[in-house]
Amino acid sequence: MASPQPDGSGHPPLPELELDNRAFWTGGGRGELLISRCAACRRWLHPPVPVCRYCLSTDVISTPAVGTGTVFSFTVNHQPWMPGMAVPFVVAVVELDDEPGLRLVTRLTGVEPADVRVGLPVRVVFEQHEDVWLPLFTPREAA
Amino acid sequence: MTTGAVITGVGQSAVGRRLGRSGMSLTAEAVLAALADAGLDRADVDGVSTWPGAHSPAPGFSGAGVFDVVDAFGLNVRWFSGGSETAGQLGAVMNAVAAVEAGLARHVLVFRTVWESTATTLAQGRRASVVGSGAARVNGWTSYLVPFGAMSAATWAALYATRHMHDFKTTREQLGWLAVIQRQYAGLNPKAVYTDPLTLDEYLAARPIAEPLGLYDCDVPVDGSTAFIVSRADATSGLNAPGVRIEALSSALGGRPDWFSYGDGSEMMATEVGRDLWTRTDLRPSDVDCAQLYDGFTIFTLMWLEALGLVPRGESGPFVEGGTRIDVGGDLPVNTSGGQLSAGRLHGFGHLHEACLQLRSEAGHRQVFAAEVAVVAAGGGPLAGALLLTRER
Repeated sequence: MASPQPDGSGHPPLPELELDNRAFWTGGGRGELLISRCAACRRWLHPPVPVCRYCLSTDVISTPAVGTGTVFSFTVNHQPWMPGMAVPFVVAVVELDDEPGLRLVTRLTGVEPADVRVGLPVRVVFEQHEDVWLPLFTPREAA
Repeated sequence: MTTGAVITGVGQSAVGRRLGRSGMSLTAEAVLAALADAGLDRADVDGVSTWPGAHSPAPGFSGAGVFDVVDAFGLNVRWFSGGSETAGQLGAVMNAVAAVEAGLARHVLVFRTVWESTATTLAQGRRASVVGSGAARVNGWTSYLVPFGAMSAATWAALYATRHMHDFKTTREQLGWLAVIQRQYAGLNPKAVYTDPLTLDEYLAARPIAEPLGLYDCDVPVDGSTAFIVSRADATSGLNAPGVRIEALSSALGGRPDWFSYGDGSEMMATEVGRDLWTRTDLRPSDVDCAQLYDGFTIFTLMWLEALGLVPRGESGPFVEGGTRIDVGGDLPVNTSGGQLSAGRLHGFGHLHEACLQLRSEAGHRQVFAAEVAVVAAGGGPLAGALLLTRER
């Protein structure tokens, strides 16, 4: 059984699409996890920004990440923070395989909360809501 | 070394669950108490500072802003400051220190008012501490958390807790001891909201909120206002209250200021603040007689203990285990008012209030013997700030 998701009327608010974040939130429509990357020093940058915090280059482009990573940390959320929110669900910090320290917060899907551990290999899957493709992650072996 | 700023007055309103009073009503009570404590007339107040100001749309998160207070009290000030992008909640105090040091004001009224407990009822359950629960879309830094269900600081803090447990074998029981001891302190604090003893078994059996954090790992929303007068050291003669000197402060912001990229994942911006604090004083962590450390969640207090160098990195769990070291007669009494977990969430200002009482020897049955140096820290994640206080001789 897939872990429950905060769906339906109780789904959390979606992100507002803006100039700098649009690629990240919509890349899933093409099946791509688009992350900002500095074209000069090749470092990855998340959340999306138009300048590289490492070398200060402004040559930053949205680039497909490999879409795999490992669970860096996680929490099994039991509290319905808004009406209609289904619980429990797993919120995780995933460290992407593209670069050490490149982390994002996501929700895990397709896994029992009890089976989640730090270090679990995961891959991205996208869940569309309106004009947003949320990058969720699922265990790699569950492909 | 000191900052040249002294806390010359402290005041606090009634504190409680669902008091049914407005933010301004609570603020008035606290401000009048602080003025009376200092022995100041309102005409003496020439500065006002608060966190986060009146801008927040979340119900009860902010009880009053600078303009509200200036108008309500008929003040004429030369300097004022409000806003949420500061070194944690105590940033309002730090701004006041900077103002008196710069000669922009002599007596700054600093306050923080929360009335989430009542406001939640009025807003039909929508909570100030849940981000995005009333908005169609979210933007800014919260947009990288909220859409995944990470809508509360409880969820964010739990991500730190999991990692701290993973890296250092920190246990639920250890977190629990902090909650148990703070409840014990709360029993000695007439203003505390929860005063019934809490056992470790009850802690462990409580419903989970965001595992590994459960109900008693989370602070309790209350109504209450706390106010201080921050004065120039050369403007304190003739005032009523024993002075509390602000020895040093830290507002450092290094590393990634977010909830998931800072450091190794089991530390937060507090690490930067702790490192910086001790460069501004001759005092050492071993000089601290009591510590009032932010406890929005138990894990935050453990992380502050490490960040401030009060406990070696990774050893906060064993340090609080059993509770004797942090109890009133222990090596380092921690959160002696009962903290936000049991006394109520006054957003760091309750911790500062308690530190002042301790240094003024006004903490009653929970008084730490001969307390001369106190450290106060507030914030979690990218929000972090600390004050080192001494009893004025």
